[in-house]
Amino acid sequence: MDRSPEPRMPAELVHQKLSEADRVWFAERVDALLPELYGRAIRLCGHRADAEDLVADAVAKAWTSLPDLDDREAFRAWVFRILNNAFVSDCRRAWSKAEHEPLDTTSDDFSLFDQLHRPILLWWGSPELTFLNRLLRRDLERAIDALPDVYREVVVLVDVQGMAYREVAELLDLPIGTVRSRLARGRSRLQAALWEHGREAGLTDEPTDPERRETSRYDR
Amino acid sequence: MTDNEIRGCEDALRLLAAHIDRELDDTSRIQVERHLETCRSCYSRAEFEKRLKTSLAELDREPVRPELADRLRMMIREFAVAGTESP
Repeated sequence: MDRSPEPRMPAELVHQKLSEADRVWFAERVDALLPELYGRAIRLCGHRADAEDLVADAVAKAWTSLPDLDDREAFRAWVFRILNNAFVSDCRRAWSKAEHEPLDTTSDDFSLFDQLHRPILLWWGSPELTFLNRLLRRDLERAIDALPDVYREVVVLVDVQGMAYREVAELLDLPIGTVRSRLARGRSRLQAALWEHGREAGLTDEPTDPERRETSRYDR
Repeated sequence: MTDNEIRGCEDALRLLAAHIDRELDDTSRIQVERHLETCRSCYSRAEFEKRLKTSLAELDREPVRPELADRLRMMIREFAVAGTESP
């Protein structure tokens, strides 16, 4: 995997190699990709404030590396790689200095499917898919953004961005076995959080407080 | 028997996440697919996990605050290019 377009060119050389037309082209491409750059940044960082700085940093790095981009048709994938690398060099480095909860105490065996699946309904319905259909986007966002950093980053890279385990391992400088185990634990935690959100919203077939059920946002 | 030989649901479920992530080699992938063709419970689980993964993939974009869009436009406007003064 191409880990980084760095080392970047000194600013004065960038100045000599790029034209006003390049700048207009770059501005248009960034503008078109901004919702995706921002979405990916939020998911990686877990909150909006750091995500905005991450996007700005990635855009600045992309500009100074633009003379190295031979195929501008590849801009999209290229700029997302820059975003991921900026995440590793900026946000992730800050996390590594902070204390993390012990990794080895986290279970990886919670399964939303096991909680929801009813074999007896096999031919009449699928409560687990109904549950997913009724979850709101914000339930998914809350669950993924609230994951501990070490789990969120691998879940985001694999499930949101669709990266291969090997690519994630190289990006984060982790053994591939660690990527697999963090992914399993992260997904388990994510599913446990979704289960709780679903219970709060009355989406499970467990008995719920009738008054709360009546005012559930899903029943309005 | 290889590590990835599938003899029942337990073996299939052990490989299911990697299967959905397209991380299995061809031999294991074919074994998992054959199991899913004949086991309704594992098939249902696979469909559920795939649907959840698809939902997560849709979280890759967010509406952008106008302030951020303006900040970036301003930043790009100030990038120096050939034939102009550096900011």
